[in-house]
Amino acid sequence: MPEIKVTPLGAGQDVGRSCILVSIGGKNVMLDCGMHMGFNDDRRFPDFSYITQQGRLTEFLDCVIISHFHLDHCGALPYMSEMVGYDGPIYMTHPTKAICPILLEDFRKITVDKKGETNFFTSQMIKDCMKKVVPLNLHQTVQVDDELEIKAYYAGHVLGAAMVQIKVGSESVVYTGDYNMTPDRHLGAAWIDKCRPDILISESTYATTIRDSKRCRERDFLKKVHETVERGGKVLIPVFALGRAQELCILLETFWERMNMKAPIYFSTGLTEKANHYYKLFITWTNQKIRKTFVQRNMFEFKHIKAFDRSYADNPGPMVVFATPGMLHAGQSLQIFKKWAGNEKNMIIMPGYCVQGTIGHKILNGQKKLEMENRQTLEVKLQVEYMSFSAHADAKGIMQLIRMAEPRNMLLVHGEAKKMEFLKDKIEQEFSINCFMPANGETTTVITNPSVPVDISLNLLKREMALGGPLPDPKKPRTMHGTLIMKDNSLRLVSPEQALKELGLNEHQLRFTCRVQLQDSHSDSDTLIRIYTHLKSLLKGYTIQHLPDGTVMVESIVIKVSSSAEEPNTKVLLLSWSYQDEDLGSFLSTLLKKGLPSGLSSI
Amino acid sequence: MAAHLKKRVYEEFSKVVQLPQEEAPAKKLRLTKPSKSAALHIDLCKASNPTDALQYLLHFARSSVEAESVEGVVRILLEHYYKEQDNSVRLKIASLIGLLSKTQNFNPETILDDTLNTFNTEKSHQILAQLLDTLLVIGTQLPESPTVRHRLIEVACKHLSDTYFGVRNKCLQLLGCLCNVDTPLNKDGQGLVPAVIGGGAPGVSGGVCVRDAQSVISDYFADQDPRVRTAAIKAMLQLHERGLKIQQTIYDQACRLLCDDYEQVRSAAVQMVWVLSQIYPESIVPIPSSNEQVRLVDDSFGKISHMVSDGSWVVRVQAAKTLGNMLQVSPHFLEQTLDKKLMSDLRRKRTAHERAKELYASGEFSSGRKWADDAPKEKVDTSAVNLIASGACGAFVHGLEDEMYEVRIAAVDALSALAQSSASFAEKCLDFLVDMFNDEIEEVRLQSIHVLRQISINITLREDQLDTVLAVLEDSSRDIREALHELLCFTNVSTKECIQLALLELLKNLTKYPTDRNSVWKCLKFLGCRHPTLVLPLVPELLSTHPYFHTPEPDMDDPAYIAVLVLVFNAAQSCPTMTALFSDHTFRHYTYLRDSLSHLVPPLRLPGRKQAPGVSGIEGSGSVESAQLFLQQSLSRISTIHNLQDPGAQDLLNFTIRDLQRLGELQTELAGAADFSATYLRCQLLLTKALQEKLWTMAVPLCLKDNAMATAAAKQMLEETYKLEFLYSGLENRQVATIHHVRLQAKALQLVLTARTRRGVEPLISVCEKFLQEVESFQRLFVVELPHLQESFVGKLLDVSPRLSACKPGELVKILQTTLRQSGFLNLQLPKQVQRASATIIEPTGESDNPLRFTSGLVVALDIDATLEHVQDPHNTVKVQVLYPDGQSHVIQPKPGDFRSPGPHRHRLITQVYLSHSAWTEACQIEVRLLLAYSSSRLCKAAWSDSSTESLQPAEGATEGTIPFGKPVKVFIMPKPARR
Repeated sequence: MPEIKVTPLGAGQDVGRSCILVSIGGKNVMLDCGMHMGFNDDRRFPDFSYITQQGRLTEFLDCVIISHFHLDHCGALPYMSEMVGYDGPIYMTHPTKAICPILLEDFRKITVDKKGETNFFTSQMIKDCMKKVVPLNLHQTVQVDDELEIKAYYAGHVLGAAMVQIKVGSESVVYTGDYNMTPDRHLGAAWIDKCRPDILISESTYATTIRDSKRCRERDFLKKVHETVERGGKVLIPVFALGRAQELCILLETFWERMNMKAPIYFSTGLTEKANHYYKLFITWTNQKIRKTFVQRNMFEFKHIKAFDRSYADNPGPMVVFATPGMLHAGQSLQIFKKWAGNEKNMIIMPGYCVQGTIGHKILNGQKKLEMENRQTLEVKLQVEYMSFSAHADAKGIMQLIRMAEPRNMLLVHGEAKKMEFLKDKIEQEFSINCFMPANGETTTVITNPSVPVDISLNLLKREMALGGPLPDPKKPRTMHGTLIMKDNSLRLVSPEQALKELGLNEHQLRFTCRVQLQDSHSDSDTLIRIYTHLKSLLKGYTIQHLPDGTVMVESIVIKVSSSAEEPNTKVLLLSWSYQDEDLGSFLSTLLKKGLPSGLSSI
Repeated sequence: MAAHLKKRVYEEFSKVVQLPQEEAPAKKLRLTKPSKSAALHIDLCKASNPTDALQYLLHFARSSVEAESVEGVVRILLEHYYKEQDNSVRLKIASLIGLLSKTQNFNPETILDDTLNTFNTEKSHQILAQLLDTLLVIGTQLPESPTVRHRLIEVACKHLSDTYFGVRNKCLQLLGCLCNVDTPLNKDGQGLVPAVIGGGAPGVSGGVCVRDAQSVISDYFADQDPRVRTAAIKAMLQLHERGLKIQQTIYDQACRLLCDDYEQVRSAAVQMVWVLSQIYPESIVPIPSSNEQVRLVDDSFGKISHMVSDGSWVVRVQAAKTLGNMLQVSPHFLEQTLDKKLMSDLRRKRTAHERAKELYASGEFSSGRKWADDAPKEKVDTSAVNLIASGACGAFVHGLEDEMYEVRIAAVDALSALAQSSASFAEKCLDFLVDMFNDEIEEVRLQSIHVLRQISINITLREDQLDTVLAVLEDSSRDIREALHELLCFTNVSTKECIQLALLELLKNLTKYPTDRNSVWKCLKFLGCRHPTLVLPLVPELLSTHPYFHTPEPDMDDPAYIAVLVLVFNAAQSCPTMTALFSDHTFRHYTYLRDSLSHLVPPLRLPGRKQAPGVSGIEGSGSVESAQLFLQQSLSRISTIHNLQDPGAQDLLNFTIRDLQRLGELQTELAGAADFSATYLRCQLLLTKALQEKLWTMAVPLCLKDNAMATAAAKQMLEETYKLEFLYSGLENRQVATIHHVRLQAKALQLVLTARTRRGVEPLISVCEKFLQEVESFQRLFVVELPHLQESFVGKLLDVSPRLSACKPGELVKILQTTLRQSGFLNLQLPKQVQRASATIIEPTGESDNPLRFTSGLVVALDIDATLEHVQDPHNTVKVQVLYPDGQSHVIQPKPGDFRSPGPHRHRLITQVYLSHSAWTEACQIEVRLLLAYSSSRLCKAAWSDSSTESLQPAEGATEGTIPFGKPVKVFIMPKPARR
């Protein structure tokens, strides 16, 4: 039976290091190639030795697809393509292709230059790797080879995030990557058509969460910022350079614009500037509002947001500063925090999750005194706020996507096992489809029932039409006679005669004959007449003929009567029919075996 | 059968052969006018190839055809139709026949047979579809004839089984438009049935059962082509529109179509389900997979709510809109649409709305300063969590968060409609609407503010909600702020803190945007009126009075102080104890404000103060009635005048006009009626004066061009009648007739005057003819009103009408002169409500001395902001006129988008006009004013051709013009010569 195999190398019952292998219709596809934030050893990258122990991956993989530019989805790409070895095509959308190398380079710098690791990929490797990338457009069907085709859908997670449909023949798999079903200030919502894939591989980060409306969150955020600024306080917002930062920028920018506010907003520079440039370029990937208004003004050309300089932190008066990194563990955001922490007029807003051990985590938990390096203590007087701005679909969103795509099977990745369990139950219960959640290295096999297209000859079709009956109903199967020719890798259904002619074969008649013994006291000819009348009375709607040469023809079935000389009462009926009339023939033979009714007149 | 067919075929052939003979009527026409048909015939004969023929036909399609020659034209077209091999030409002919049968006054029944005959020979599916379209046109032109309809339906049913989707589409459309509303499709049960059921295979159904249109159409709900499915639903909807009761059995099918793969089908299905829910709201349907049952309207509400999270935004918009129209839904289901159960890590979480409410209830101010403030509390039972919102769950939560603003607006509108019908729902949706104030698209913000205003009668805002609402006051968009002021005018608040908060924010708004002054004051006026008891405890603080000490007297010109006073005075109106808290200067300020801002400060009963006679506090509602009475009395006094030539009549008119004008100034409610009557009376007065001129007694040759006064009077009367007709709204037919009557009088006067001044008869003839035409059209237009006009000018004129049309101009003039003099005064009946259209230009103010400088030859944009009241259809009628000092004037038509409608009968025009002029040596004033354009007759659109190539000619005798209304504003401009 044809089957589709899915093996997560990373992100199976886990978050991070997304890498999923799919074998479909004899093709092998790798979906995402990410790194794990939590590890610094070999576990950082997916285990490519699962594919092959030695040698390059090229001959084992038909293509690699990257869903978006987050490092847990593309961080291992240069390692895989350059260090392990892969020369085939790598597919990603245009924005991902543009932003991905910036992040990879940044990642490389931190690991090699700051942490001093060796045996890591180099800048040149990133460049070489990016040369293998083939860009994708939304809703564009790309033929990887003759059979394998892929198509990208909008995912709304970050700029350029895509869901991909992989299709071989009539079998298909959809991989969502990370996606978001609620639109935000700069991106739209994920969308997919009713493509009914065999497997839908979905992320499930928020498998057990149903979130509040984003409007409340936004309103709270703006209100808090507004109040602080009005009081003359300073607001610090630690962010990661890409993704949410842009959303918050737009949010504040439009709010400033609307409310005619004057307080300055700063953005600590770095890779953000480069990235912002790409946000300006890829307007088509943003939401309705930005797309519609960019002719008048590109929303990413911020009027109120300016580049930050170290010295500005000491300026008097209110201001808002976006600073990296997001968890307040190092860098500029920490420096500014130290300066501002002592004043209760100020405020810090944490827009995302903070890992344990970071200062961000500590202050979120309400710690009022922080120990800094050099045994100094820092008193935290400023207000600490937490705002969740995350762009993953929640449980309802995942269900909504399933409803949109109508898959035959579900497969959950990119989430915690316990939470997946809950969602899996729900999916099975509500949609009554199978749902899988393989761990890393575990293979899920799904048996598919692909439809095999067959060319039917026009003559045959017309002949069938001529036989009558209602117009063909595409939803109901219909039987017809024909010959299936499998030749030169193609299937054709033609009429038997044509098949014979094409193949240069002679037609062989196949006839079944059968003897039925019958006790009958009449003469042969009378018996025949009796049989004729008997059949005539039973089989209405069939042509029954009594031929002068002593036979009865029912359609094409010939019935003859003979009696042996010894026992004149035992008549032997000879039935003969061609294989096309098998049904009728066997019916007649069983009928005649029962004998003739006695009350039958001979005339 | 075959024989019958053959016979029919022969019949057709014979008909086709007959065609040349039947051209006789066309030939007859050729005598009178060069017939179109002949020209077409020649053209088509000349055409050597299909392309040429097509060109001729396209050319022909642009010209119009008179009703009489349509039949001939159609025959010629059909003749060519049979000859033509090329499909595209035949297609064009088919479509032309459809167009032609739309010609006014033409009875398409005459060409029906010929058109039907074409079906027998046509093979091309596209052309068949076009022919069916033509039949549709014919069918809609002849809605009364049952035989025609029967035949058309027969044809439609026959082609329902066509393999081409377009043909099936048109057939369904035809069925939807024509199927009989009351009777089943075919009484005798033959003809259509086999074709429909058997799909062309004979003998399957035997044609026994009688099927009605609905079941036939509903068969196509399952068609393989989505376009046909859509057409089938649309046809069904069409049936519904025509008054056919759709069976409930369709409901299940329609519900199934909600999950169709194609968006247009789903969108149509949403409508279908809605229609059914309106027909059978109370019937009971079972819930699948359970034993429970629900009302159909609830069930469909749930299903449509589900569509709000559909994949296609077109469907989402449709669904959201539809939800707003389902008012019969049970409150339980309705409230589910706002339901959202939050969950975090499988633990129940409270929504921000709930938290806000609780905080408010516990009396604590929003802290929100801890992380995990919203930490999830109790564990959720995993089996009880329903992730797929079944039914209506959270439909509006989704809709309001949608990606497309079209959906959000539709959802806001739907919320408004539902909230207006249910107070408890209004209470619940408040939080969501308030959230929408923060939308990224201004249109949505504006809309939600408007909606909140509409439902605010039902609700009282909590403090935290008011806080959010007031935050929007700082918005930089003027529209938003003004909408919000409007909203605050209608808001109920619960505590005195709310009032204080609102006042504070409004004052903040005032300092930030001083141009909002008027709007803010007005807002505070209503706020004070609505909440006198809440304002009372705040008064000492607001007026900063102190029990022992005298506080400094505030600055009277400070807009903020005025704002506070407006609030306090309006509250004091219904709270008599409040005045005791006022200090001396407050009273002084009151008298000042009462005079200067009388529309904002109400009359107060002040203890120990002498009241100005005009502003006695008890005036109240009685005054309107007494004014009304006065108006009636004045008018009835006038009605005693029988003939305007009577002595003293003129004086009476003069006085009454003066009275009415003064009344209009005093009583704004009656200003429209008073002005209207005064203007009417002035017209009469003018007429009287003109007729009393000496020149009438002079001999004709003696009076030269000395009758300037009379001519001017006639002209002014004409102008006034246009003002009367178009500047006032609320007029009934009776009044319009009266106005037209005055106009006729004015025209008669003009005619008489021309006759007296000009020599010779020649120019008079045409003028007389025109006048007679007008009399005739008056008679036609106001047949109903004629009995009331017996004694009047027209009545008398019509008495002698047979003589009129026959007589010579000289005689006519004489008759007119005597009738004018003898005719009685026509009494004016006032309609219930007359409103005068008015306009005020707010911006530019005309006070600026700084000229607007620009380089000559280039343009400068001038911002115009004006309010219009009681203007109907301002998009088409209001224009801006710019008058330059050299007499040049430009009329500018504002864009439809520049008009907003902040309230009933009120419009706001915010637009830019572009000015340009050649260089001036010094700054000079230009005048900007608003014009009301009018046209006295409705446009008669040529029905036969929809093509916009034809310029639409207004019907004869129509007058078009403009009336200036509102005060003009002067603006200094200074075009400078360009520097080289």
